Amino acid sequence: MIINDGFIPKRQVNPKVPPGQYVVNDFPVLSLGPTPDISINDWKLEIAGLVEAPQVFTWTEFERLPRVEMKTDIHCVTKWSKLDTLWGGVSMDFLIEQVIVSESATHLIAHSYDGYSTNLPIEDVRGGKAMIATSFEKEPISTPHGGPARLFVPHLYFWKSAKWLSKLEFVNGDIPGFWEVRGYHNYGDPWKEQRYLDD
Amino acid sequence: MKNKWNLVTLLESKMIGTNVMALVFDAPWWPGHTPGQYIDIRLTAANGYQAERSYSVASTIEEEGRIELGIELLEEGEVSPYLFALEPGAQIEVRGPLGGHFLWDIATPGPLVLIGGGSGVVPLMSMVRHHKLHLSDDSEREVFFLISAKTIGHVLYKDELEKFSRDDVNFHLALTLTEEAPIGWTGYARRADEVMINELFGELHDKRPLFYVCGSNSFVETLSGILVAAGFNPKSIKTERFG
Ligand SMILES: Cc1cc2nc3c(=O)[nH]c(=O)nc-3n(C[C@H](O)[C@H](O)[C@H](O)COP(=O)(O)OP(=O)(O)OC[C@H]3O[C@@H](n4cnc5c(N)ncnc54)[C@H](O)[C@@H]3O)c2cc1C
Repeated sequence: MIINDGFIPKRQVNPKVPPGQYVVNDFPVLSLGPTPDISINDWKLEIAGLVEAPQVFTWTEFERLPRVEMKTDIHCVTKWSKLDTLWGGVSMDFLIEQVIVSESATHLIAHSYDGYSTNLPIEDVRGGKAMIATSFEKEPISTPHGGPARLFVPHLYFWKSAKWLSKLEFVNGDIPGFWEVRGYHNYGDPWKEQRYLDD
Repeated sequence: MKNKWNLVTLLESKMIGTNVMALVFDAPWWPGHTPGQYIDIRLTAANGYQAERSYSVASTIEEEGRIELGIELLEEGEVSPYLFALEPGAQIEVRGPLGGHFLWDIATPGPLVLIGGGSGVVPLMSMVRHHKLHLSDDSEREVFFLISAKTIGHVLYKDELEKFSRDDVNFHLALTLTEEAPIGWTGYARRADEVMINELFGELHDKRPLFYVCGSNSFVETLSGILVAAGFNPKSIKTERFG
């Protein structure tokens, strides 16, 4: 490490902000291509893989499920963090119970309408840590930010919170997703600054 | 050793557009990159405080041991004003090359369409320079470059790009100025829209073009949306957002 002479911090150090991150008030976007246009009339969410009761939800069915809220910070690998954001949706614990996920499932693969996918160990979506979010600050999630529905796993870098969610697949064994095979870290803990492959 | 922070030394810096500076660093350890990639910069203050930011690489892979960046000054920003004030000989820590999707090299088939807003031109410049250096093998390729900038002064690498378009009939440069156009201006003078996209790229529908769109969040959102509306395959459009 070197000291950069004359470099004067302009931001306050905040213990809520992981290393290498800085706080934004706006809401930037990370994406690999154009924002897909998904009508809630055509929207479906499939839950499949190692589950006893696979399900396909329509929007109307999904909206009737019990809702939870999470107010927390989010951290994007491109270095911005946004504090105290409020998200609402359906808890992953509830969905895992509904479809009866098999004991043998070790990972969740989240698939998106634009062909994106991301992988998470199953422990990371259990125990109140994750949900399928359909609202941000009490409003429907705008499309650039992943609406109608996105995965929400705020303790990991935000690329793990797949936007435009189409399918949850429970599997035995890990299957690295879109960014995970393109040089980004497989797990993505912001507090350990696990941005890239060997971090 | 991607995750290792390495030192680079500033060789020279010069203004390449209103509020944008090219910084060229000596980086003997640089393993080379694929055009479109970026690096992370880390600055450390005397009290140990650190700031990190990402910057796209403008130089091409053939320039070994050298990294050129193009940095826009945000007056109240934490990192960009510091980089602007760096003197030759100064050292900073960087790591990279990084990024695994917004990539292009001459092995990629099909016409190349680059669309840059403001400093979003930087990673696209690496692609163009790489193509130019291989022009003898790559002369059949059509390259289209649309740049959207506030004024003519905000068009980065203007002389270099105009020279390319004079030298190569297959290189098509289009500029649109969104705030102010000089008297007698014959290019576009408005925000990019579907009419403009069809005029410029309409002939490419059957030729499997690849699109690279880079700039601010709203620029990328708008332009990639227009391309989809104009009937181009969403899978053929790659985006990079600077924030
Ligand atoms: C993949 C990638 C590639 C990039 N490539 C380039 C590139 O080639 N060239 C380039 O110029 N940029 C590039 N960027 C953007 C770059 O990483 C920085 O975001 C940019 O330089 C601004 O950094 P800064 O420290 O100067 O400003 P920051 O300190 O991050 O401030 C950004 C803005 O927020 C405002 N602000 C100030 N204080 C606060 C505060 N307390 N809270 C909220 N906002 C505040 C500032 O006025 C400023 O306008 C890239 C970004 C990414 C993700």
